[in-house]
Amino acid sequence: MTWIWANLDLLWDRTLDHLVLSVPPIMLSFLIAVPLGWLANRYRAGRGVILTASGLLYAIPSLPLFFVIPAVVGTSLRSPLNLVIALTLYGVALMVRVVADGLASVDEDVRQSAVAVGYSGWSTFWQVELPLAGPVLLAGLRVVAVSTVSLATVGAVIGAQSLGSLFTDGFQRGIQAEIIAGIVLTVALALLLDGALVLLGRLLLPWTRLAATSRRALRVSRSAEGSG
Amino acid sequence: MIEFRSVSKQFPDGTRAVDDFSLTLPSHRTTVLVGSSGSGKTTLLRMINRMVDPSGGTIEIDGADIAQLEPVQLRRSIGYVMQNSGLLPHRTVIDNVATVPLLRGVPRKKARADALALLDTVGLDQTLAARYPSQLSGGQQQRVGVARGLAVNPNILLMDEPFGAVDPIVRAELQQELIRLQSELGKTVVFVTHDIEEAFLLGDQVVILRDGGRIAQVGAPADILADPADDFVASFIGADRGKRALHLERRGDSDLLLDSEGRLAGVLVMPGTSAPSPDSPAPR
Amino acid sequence: MNLFQDALNWILDPANYAGPGGIPVRLVEHLVFTVAAVLMACAIAIPVGFLIGHTGRGRSLAVATSGGLRAIPTLGLLTLVALWVGIGLGAPSVALTVLAIPPILAGAYAGFEAIDRSVIDSARSVGMSESQIVRTVEIPLGMPLLIAGIRSATLQVIATATLAAYVADIGLGRFLFAGLKTRDYAEMLGGSLLVILLALTLEGIFTVMQRLVVPRGVASGRTPVDRARSARPVPGMDPAITKGTH
Ligand SMILES: Nc1ncnc2c1ncn2[C@@H]1O[C@H](COP(=O)(O)OP(=O)(O)O)[C@@H](O)[C@H]1O
Ligand SMILES: [Mg+2]
Repeated sequence: MTWIWANLDLLWDRTLDHLVLSVPPIMLSFLIAVPLGWLANRYRAGRGVILTASGLLYAIPSLPLFFVIPAVVGTSLRSPLNLVIALTLYGVALMVRVVADGLASVDEDVRQSAVAVGYSGWSTFWQVELPLAGPVLLAGLRVVAVSTVSLATVGAVIGAQSLGSLFTDGFQRGIQAEIIAGIVLTVALALLLDGALVLLGRLLLPWTRLAATSRRALRVSRSAEGSG
Repeated sequence: MIEFRSVSKQFPDGTRAVDDFSLTLPSHRTTVLVGSSGSGKTTLLRMINRMVDPSGGTIEIDGADIAQLEPVQLRRSIGYVMQNSGLLPHRTVIDNVATVPLLRGVPRKKARADALALLDTVGLDQTLAARYPSQLSGGQQQRVGVARGLAVNPNILLMDEPFGAVDPIVRAELQQELIRLQSELGKTVVFVTHDIEEAFLLGDQVVILRDGGRIAQVGAPADILADPADDFVASFIGADRGKRALHLERRGDSDLLLDSEGRLAGVLVMPGTSAPSPDSPAPR
Repeated sequence: MNLFQDALNWILDPANYAGPGGIPVRLVEHLVFTVAAVLMACAIAIPVGFLIGHTGRGRSLAVATSGGLRAIPTLGLLTLVALWVGIGLGAPSVALTVLAIPPILAGAYAGFEAIDRSVIDSARSVGMSESQIVRTVEIPLGMPLLIAGIRSATLQVIATATLAAYVADIGLGRFLFAGLKTRDYAEMLGGSLLVILLALTLEGIFTVMQRLVVPRGVASGRTPVDRARSARPVPGMDPAITKGTH
């Protein structure tokens, strides 16, 4: 405990480093996965290729990927960019499938009726399909956020500073408190981002909160209709 | 006036859903397409707003070939109501009704005010405006669907088995409501159903379809009932079964549709006559 | 590209195949270590998962635990346990087993839950006992998702076993850390490629296995439409989602 009080500055700095490493991949993977997932959902051939590729990518262990990326992209081994690229790749691999499934889960009747009342192809996607896939996308994005925050710590073994540096440093110097602080902060950061996403979902997807209350409302209005 | 000229539709997978279909649908009247499942009713209906493009023949609305019109603009000018209401689950009732006006660029405030007024028109309480579709009963959802179809004050209203998924009592209510609305608004309604009683009840002109969208008989309900064109039509309207046999009886100044045991199946509204008053007996 | 050429040369160099630190020994270590941890986790997670799936009890607890475990950084767990039990194989074994449990648990109970309730009701109605229902209905029908869970766990363990070389002298990960220390990029990259090859091979084996365990008569193709229609979304059903960190 004394170690923690003496090193609050360090903990704060590593937390900020960690945020900088993990937030961009989360956002990037969403932005990249949406068009890819749309392709995978729309075209049968694209589906096979995209989903197989993302499945294989997801099977690649993180540490070896951190080593391979510099050889492919030409970055230096110690560059934090490797980590951002690798984490984005994992996020995309996971989100593509989620986006494809989410879009496929949109009720065909609803889609057809949107076309029937005159939504163009473009606006059907943005105003109907994407928001209706929202709950599924949100669930996927939460998983991406939590695992990205957790994965980012691995970069510490190749020198990318993050909360993971507390593990390598604590291990080498034999300071348990440092490692525990790192674990707690990592989990807390993951939960924080997760909570932020849930909150964002509440704001952007207000209709999904009705699931619980709607059945009751339905019963009430049914009986009202029956009597009226 | 909507005019089909030798229209046919073959889907890419080879299904011939409609074959050489020709028909004139008069303005300000309700035309009902009735036939069993798979007979091509939905395909015919969707060709009118270009959700489906014919593979042969032409369709004209008031003399204009719709193949020359921009599909999205065309759809925004035609009302469409479908079986499971097709409401957008992520929009409130009022925003669902205002969907098309908003797409056409009507200011939000005006679109909402108009939509609120439309809820009255279709017999819905305005307090439902802020609800989401999942918070409504099936019958209420269909009413919202009708309100949405009417929102741009279209000349044409397409309805694809709109009351197919609600229970019989609510269906009867909705049918009466539609009759009332139509007597007030006088739209060109194209209504699709597989229920012959519903067809006779609502249609000024009834089109009985066989498979492949081929016409078995066209005419006013009374004419079809009085003189079925062939055995297919006779069996479809139940004339040969005795049990459900529908027939017409004139009582006072309205035509009543009765089944074989003399139970009232409906009141026929003839073109030009007034709608039945709300306290007239509900069908069935 | 000559970076990859160097790595390939390193992999093919006979000098790297001899002795206790050679590629074959490291590969076998990695594999044995992975299999042992997964089997351990199976022994714990499958019975518990079946119990949860059959009774429906304890489900929210299981969901919460596996969700929470996903957030725990594997490197933190490895280093912490290593400080507790000392450098050696003990720390990684414990850490790997713990990490493998959530996906297997989720696969086991989700497999049961994904079964159509009417199938189980009808099994009960023809007079099957509860244990017969579990053995003849629930386990065979739930097998594909269980295998999916084991697949996720295995991939997770392979990845973490690589990281375990940071705290113990074991597995293919040694090449990565040794290369890092001596700035020998050919060794790091060569070792990395070996781990990736191993992971993809196992992934392939599991893909085939998952097809084979689908009971005959049950459609294996999970089309998007089917997913959309499945009445109840089963959290953790998708292997990609049950998989946590690497
Ligand atoms: N998009 C499509 N592709 C291929 N066949 C279709 C398609 N839509 C409808 N059909 C086929 O066309 C026929 C008529 O369908 P439809 O117009 O929906 O009939 P109805 O509405 O009378 O039940 C059916 O055999 C149906 O299977
Ligand atoms: Mg139809």
